[in-house]
Amino acid sequence: MKKIKKVLILGSGALKIGQAGEFDYSGSQAIKALKEEGIKSVVINPNIATVQTSQFLADRVYFHPVTPYFVEKIILKEKPDGIFLSFGGQTALNCGVELYKSGVLKKNNVRVLGSPIESIILTEDRDEFAKHLKKIRQMTPISFAVTTEKSALDAAEKIGYPVMMRSAFALGGQGSGVVRNKEEMTLHAKEAFAFSPQILVEQYLHHYKEVEYEVVRDRDDNCVTVCNMENFDPLGIHTGESIVVAPSQTLTNFEYHTLRRASIDIVRSLGIIGECNIQFALNPNPKNKLNSEDTAPIEYAVIEVNARLSRSSALASKATGYPLAYVAAKLALGKRLWEIKNQVTQVTQSFFEPALDYVVVKFPRWDIEKFKGADERIGSSMKSVGEVMGIGRTFPEALQKAVRMLEIGVTSASSTKLLEDDKNDTDLNKIIADHIRRPTPKRLFAICYALYRNISIEELHKMTGITKWFLQELQKIVDVYKHLHNQKGSLTSLTTEDLIWFKRMGVTDSEIAKQFKTKEITVRAYRKKKNVTPAIFQIDTLAAEFPAKTNYLYTTYHGSHHDVKPLHKKGVIILGSGPYRIGSSVEFDWSCVSTAMRLSKYKKASIIINCNPETVSTDYDMSARLYFEELNLERVMDIYEFEKSFGLVVSVGGQTPNNLAHELHKYKLPLLGTSAVNIDRAEDRNIFSEVLDKLGIRQPRWVSATTEKQAIDFSKTVGFPVLVRPSYVLSGSAMNICETSEELSAFLQKASKVNTNHPVTVSKFWENASEIELDAVAQNGQIVLYALSEHLEQAGVHSGDATIIFPAQRVYLATAQKIIDAAKKLAKEYAITGPFNIQFLAREDTTVSVIEMNLRASRTFPLISKGSGYNFAFTVVDSFFGKAIKHKYEYPSYSVIKAPQFSFSRLTGADPILRVEMASTGEVGCFGPDVKAAFLTSMLAVGHVIPKKAVLLSVGNAYKEDFASYMQILHNLGYTLYTTEGTSSFLKHRLNIQTKSVPKGYQGGAQTVVDLIQNGIVDCVINIRDKKALKNGERIYKKEITDGFKIRRASADHNIPLITNIHAAKLFVSSLKYNNLNKLPIEPWDHYVPVVKN
Amino acid sequence: MKSKQARLVMQDGSSFVGMNFGHHSSVAGEVVFTTGMVGYPESMTDPSYRGQILIFTYPLIGNYGVPENQSWESRQINVAGIVVSTYIDDNSHPSSTRTLGEWLKSEKKPGIEIKDTRLLTQKLREKGAMLGKIIIDKDIPWYDPNVINIVDEVSTKSVYTVTPENTKKTKKIVLIDCGQKRNIVRSLVRHGATVTVVPWDFDLTKYNKTYDGVVVSNGPGDPKIVKSTIATVAALLKKNTPVLGICLGHQILALAAGGDTYKLKYGHRSQNQPCKIHDGSEKYFLTTQNHGFAVGKIPKGFQEWFSNGNDGTNEGIIHARWPFMSVQFHPEAFPGPNDTRWIFDYFLKKTGLLRHPEFISGSDPETSSG
Repeated sequence: MKKIKKVLILGSGALKIGQAGEFDYSGSQAIKALKEEGIKSVVINPNIATVQTSQFLADRVYFHPVTPYFVEKIILKEKPDGIFLSFGGQTALNCGVELYKSGVLKKNNVRVLGSPIESIILTEDRDEFAKHLKKIRQMTPISFAVTTEKSALDAAEKIGYPVMMRSAFALGGQGSGVVRNKEEMTLHAKEAFAFSPQILVEQYLHHYKEVEYEVVRDRDDNCVTVCNMENFDPLGIHTGESIVVAPSQTLTNFEYHTLRRASIDIVRSLGIIGECNIQFALNPNPKNKLNSEDTAPIEYAVIEVNARLSRSSALASKATGYPLAYVAAKLALGKRLWEIKNQVTQVTQSFFEPALDYVVVKFPRWDIEKFKGADERIGSSMKSVGEVMGIGRTFPEALQKAVRMLEIGVTSASSTKLLEDDKNDTDLNKIIADHIRRPTPKRLFAICYALYRNISIEELHKMTGITKWFLQELQKIVDVYKHLHNQKGSLTSLTTEDLIWFKRMGVTDSEIAKQFKTKEITVRAYRKKKNVTPAIFQIDTLAAEFPAKTNYLYTTYHGSHHDVKPLHKKGVIILGSGPYRIGSSVEFDWSCVSTAMRLSKYKKASIIINCNPETVSTDYDMSARLYFEELNLERVMDIYEFEKSFGLVVSVGGQTPNNLAHELHKYKLPLLGTSAVNIDRAEDRNIFSEVLDKLGIRQPRWVSATTEKQAIDFSKTVGFPVLVRPSYVLSGSAMNICETSEELSAFLQKASKVNTNHPVTVSKFWENASEIELDAVAQNGQIVLYALSEHLEQAGVHSGDATIIFPAQRVYLATAQKIIDAAKKLAKEYAITGPFNIQFLAREDTTVSVIEMNLRASRTFPLISKGSGYNFAFTVVDSFFGKAIKHKYEYPSYSVIKAPQFSFSRLTGADPILRVEMASTGEVGCFGPDVKAAFLTSMLAVGHVIPKKAVLLSVGNAYKEDFASYMQILHNLGYTLYTTEGTSSFLKHRLNIQTKSVPKGYQGGAQTVVDLIQNGIVDCVINIRDKKALKNGERIYKKEITDGFKIRRASADHNIPLITNIHAAKLFVSSLKYNNLNKLPIEPWDHYVPVVKN
Repeated sequence: MKSKQARLVMQDGSSFVGMNFGHHSSVAGEVVFTTGMVGYPESMTDPSYRGQILIFTYPLIGNYGVPENQSWESRQINVAGIVVSTYIDDNSHPSSTRTLGEWLKSEKKPGIEIKDTRLLTQKLREKGAMLGKIIIDKDIPWYDPNVINIVDEVSTKSVYTVTPENTKKTKKIVLIDCGQKRNIVRSLVRHGATVTVVPWDFDLTKYNKTYDGVVVSNGPGDPKIVKSTIATVAALLKKNTPVLGICLGHQILALAAGGDTYKLKYGHRSQNQPCKIHDGSEKYFLTTQNHGFAVGKIPKGFQEWFSNGNDGTNEGIIHARWPFMSVQFHPEAFPGPNDTRWIFDYFLKKTGLLRHPEFISGSDPETSSG
C-alpha cells in the first residue's frame, strides 16, 4: 500500500447547535497525530476562529465550505493520499460519504483512513443498521424507516402511540422527538422530511436509562471501551441536552459489562478502525433481577451508533484523560493501540481502559431565553449551545461545580433564583408543572426545590424517571443547604466539622458568607485558619496505580494532600472562557491557546484554568498545567494561592475572566497587562464617558438612568430611537432598541429586573451609520498593532451577528484617521498594555463616535490575526513582557469576510431575524480576491446555496426603492421571482417585472408563502422587514405572529436560506452577478497570507 | 446509620482517621487497593481477598446496594474490611436486597470512610503492600495473611459436583478449590463441562473417578504455602492430565512444573490490565486481576503465554507440547471485562487433544466470544 504523505482533514465548519467546539478539539488532535508521523495535513474548515486552522497546527488550511464541490476542487489541487472524515462531525462525514458515493475519492486515489466507509454508511442508514444489529443479536427498539408522511402515520399506528420519531442523516437529533398522537405525527413528519429523506418511527422506551460507551479498535482487532457514561435524564432527552456522569453510577458489574461486551461486538461487526460511540437504552426495571450471565439477558436496546468522533467522545477524552481523537487518528494511520504511548502517564500504553478515581458531571448550557419566542422545553433534539464539566470526588461536589461553571447566575443546584417568577414568588405546583413534568433547562433546580419542599424521591422518580440514586444525591445537597440556612450567630460559631461538610458538598464561601452576613473574603480567611482548603489532584487514567507525568488537575475537598508542587514564579495563569454560549465561543479559546503557546518564549509555564470540555485549551498538551476548574473568584484564588504564580492573564478569555479582574485585583493578585483600575474605568460608563469628553472624542448622547422616568425624559430630549442596555454587557443580553416611550417603559420593566445593582444606560441610536471595529494591542499606552474591520450591516445589528469585512472597505481616509487618533488617545489615557477593542459609529459626513471599548481580546481576534498574518494574541503576550515590536503593515488587497452562523432551525418558535441582541451560534471567515468572492464563499459556508431556480422576495416599503436594482439583477439572472403582494406590485409598476405573486398566510388562497417554502419551491428567501412593521408590531416582550415571522420561521424550519438584512441581501445579489461557482477562486490561506509575521 | 470514628493504621506507622460504617469491630490484614470502578460485591466475596483490607480507589462505593447471595463470588464476604472515600447508603437498585452497610454489618466486617484514598494508594504504590488494621475502639495485633495457609479457610471442605443442564455428553473437569470464585464453575458449566469441586488438599492421585482435565482455582496468599496442591499438580503433570491454572492456580502450576514465584511490590488489582498474547499475533486482551504474587521463572517445557502490557510481568504460561496452561488474570471476570472467557473454551477443547503431541499454543478468541 502506498505510503501516506499528505492527509486531508474535513472540519465541521461554523459552530451551531448540535455541532460545536468539540470538533475543533478532535481535529486539532488529529493534526498533532499526523505531525508526529511526519505526515502533511491539509485542513478544510471555514471556521476561522478554530485552533485547528492555525499555522502552528495545520500545514495548510482552506477556509472553504465543507461541501462536495469545494472538497473535490481542493482534492484536485492538493492531491492528498488519504482523507480523515471522522474528525469534523456530521458535516464532514456527510460530505465524505457523498464524495465516496460519487466516486471522487476513488478517481483521485484518496484513501479513506480509519473505519471502512461502507460501515459508516451502514450506521447512518437506520433501517439497514437495525437489520445489521439484528444479525449480530443486538436488540434495537422496534422501528420502521419511512420516506413518506403516510407511511410514518402507518408505522406509528402499528407500534402504538407514543412513538419516537428520528430523522436519519441528521446531526444532534434534529427533527427527533416523542410523538403522542396522529396530529403531532403529521406535523413533525413534514418538518423532518425537510431535512432528511428518511425518518424512523420507533418504539418509545419510556424512562429507560441512557448509557453510552466510547470504543476504540485497531487494525488487529484490539478493542477496548475507554469510557462509559450515564445520563442523569432518562431516555427522551437528547444526550447533548442531558446532564451526563462518567463513569456510570448506577450500573452493576453485570450491567456494565454486558453493555461493554455489546459495544465491542458491535464495533467489531462494523470493522471500525478508530473511535466509535454507542448509546444504549437500559431498562431500569427488568423482569429478571438476577445479576448473572446464566439468567435471561438484561433488557436493553441499541439506540445510536456514531462511527466517528462526537460530542460524547470529546467529553470522554476530558473525563478520562485518554485522548480519543489523537488515538483514533493514529489508529487510522495503521498504528496498534499498544504501540501508542499513554500520553498521560508516559509510562504505559493505550490498550487499556482508564480507571477513574473521581466523578465527572457534564452540564449543558442553554441560551434559549435569548431567542424571542423560542420554545423552552428540552427533549430529543438539541437546543443547548455549550457545556461544562465539573470534576469532583462525589456527585454533589462535581455537580455543584458544574452548576457554577455554567455562569447562569446561580451558585448551587439548590438555588431557587431561576425559578422565581416576576413577583419573586416560587409556586411549587407551577414549578412542578412547568419544569419537572415538562423538562426545561431549569429542571435540576426545580427538582432540588421540590426536594427542599419535601416532595418525596419516590414521587419525583415517578414524575421524571430519573434514577433514584441521583435524586438521593440531590437530597444530600438540599439537606446541606437546609443545615446552612438553619445556622445562626456569627461565622465563628460555625464548627469546623460543618465547614468541612459544607465545602465537600460544594457550598461556596459566598453562600456561607451570605448566611452569616459577612463577606466572602472573611469566610475564606476563616476557612484557611481552620485549614479547610481544597486538595489538588491529578487525572492520571489509572487511579494512582502508576506514577503519572500528567499535568491535568482538579481540586477537591475529599483529599488531604496535593499531587503536584506549585510552579511558583515560573507559572502564568491564563483564565479561559468557560462554556460556549451565545457571545462567547471558540474564538476566545483560540486566543487562550495562542497565549499559552507564546508564554514559552518568555520561559514561563502556562497554567490554564477552564471548564469547557469542548475546547482545545483543555487538551492535555496545550499548557504546562491544566486546571479543569471553575472560573470564579473562590476557585481562581484557591489555585493562585497554591501556585503563587508570576501573574494572571484575564484579557484573552472573553467576558468571563474580564469580569473577575476587578475582584482579583482587589485581593492583590498580579494581573498582567492593563491595570484592573483602568479596566474598571473603562467598564464604568459614567467614567468612560467623562474620559471621552475630556479627550474630545465624540460619543452618542446617553444617560445612566436609575428610574424609568429619567430614561423616558432623556429619550424624548435626544429623540427616538434609543439604545437601552445594562452596564456589564455580554452578547447584548437585555439590550434593545426602542422606538417609542411606550416601548421603552415596557422594555425597562424587563431590563431592570435583570439588573437590580446596575443602572440602565440609554443612548441615542444613530440610524444609517456604519459600524467599524478597531482591534489593537498596546504596550504601556502605545499602540503596537491594530486592525480595522467593518460591519456590512448598519448599526443596530449586534457585532456578533454582523457580517464583518476585513480590511474595512468603505471607510473614508478621514474617518480612518479619526478612528486611529481616538484609539491612540484612549490607549494612552488607560495606559493600556495588552489587547483592546473599540467599536465606532461612522457617518457619511466622516463623523466618528465611540460606542464601546473593551480592554480585552475581542471576538474578532482570530479573524484579524488570520486575515492580517499577525497573531494578535502573540503580541499581547509580548506586550506583557515589554517586548512587543511596533508592526505597521500595508492593508491587503484581498478580503476576508466573517459571516454569522445561526441555529434557528433548532430553536422552534424563535424569530430568525438580526437584532441588537446576539443570536448567532458561530461564524466562518473566508478569503477572496475581493469582497464579493469572499462574501459568497462565506455565505455558502454557513449553509446558503446559490439559488438554482426561484427566489422569494418580500421587501418592506422602506426598502423597495433601495433594493430595486438588485431585484432587477435577480430577474436578469433568470430566476423565477415569487413575491408577496406589495413587492409584486412594486416590481410590476416600477420595473415592469412580472413576478408570481403569492398571498400571505392570512390572505388564504391556494398557495401561501409558507406553502412555497414548505414545499421547497423556492431555494432562497429574502425577507426585508419593514421599518413600519418594526414600529407597530412585534417586540421582544410581546408575542405576535406576523406574516414576516411566518415566512422567516418557515424558512428556518424547512432549511431554506434566508436573508433578512438589506445590506447582506444587496451584497449577496451582487455576488451572484459576479460569481458563479466556477469563477469562484479556491486558494489556501497561505496564498493570501504566506507566513505569520510575528 | 450511626457512624463511629475509626482509624486505619499501617505497618509503617502512619494512621488515618475516618468514619466507620458496617460492623463496629477492629480487623487486621494486608492492605491492598483495587482500581475497578464497578463490582464491589464481586470483589468483596472473592476468596483471593481473604485476609486483606481492600481500598477502593473509585471514590463512591455502595451505589447499587448488594444483590442476593446467588450472584456473589462465594457465599460470604471474604475481605477483612474495606476502605472507601465515600460510602453510599443506597438500596434503590432493583437487584439490590440491602445496603452495603447492612451487608457488612450482617457479616461482621467493618468499613471505613477515609476521604483521601488516593493518598493511601500512592503510599502502597511507592512502599508496596503492607500490613494494616482498621481500629474501632479496641486495638488488635497485626495479621499477615501471607505467612499462614488461608487457602484452607476458603476452600471447600467437601467434594461436590455441578452438572450442566440440557447437555448429554459433557467433559468432566475437576476443580481444585483454593478459594474459587463461583464464576469459574459457572463458566465451565456454561461451556458444557461437569465440574467436580474438591478441596485444595484433596489427593487426586487416589481419586478413582475419571476426568478429562483439572482446573486449579484462584485463591489467597502465597502460593508456596499450599504445598500439597503443588504436589498434586506435579503428579497430574506426570500423568499428562490437562491442567488449567487461574491466578493462584497459575502460580501453583508454575511451581509444580519447576518454575518460581515472587511477591509483587503492590500487586495487580484492577479490571483494566492489558495482557499481550505470545502467539505471533499482535493481540492484547483486557483482563481483570487480583494478585499479589507473580510467576518469575517460567518452568522448563513451558513458554510465556501472556505478559502484562504495562509492566511486562508474566500473565500466563503454556506447555509447548501438553495441554498444561495457566493464566494470572481471571478469565471468568466478575468483576471486570469478560474478554478472555474464551480461555475456558480453549482449555476444554485442548483436553480432548491429550494424545496429540503436535499440540501447539495459540488463541482462538473468535469462536468463543458472543
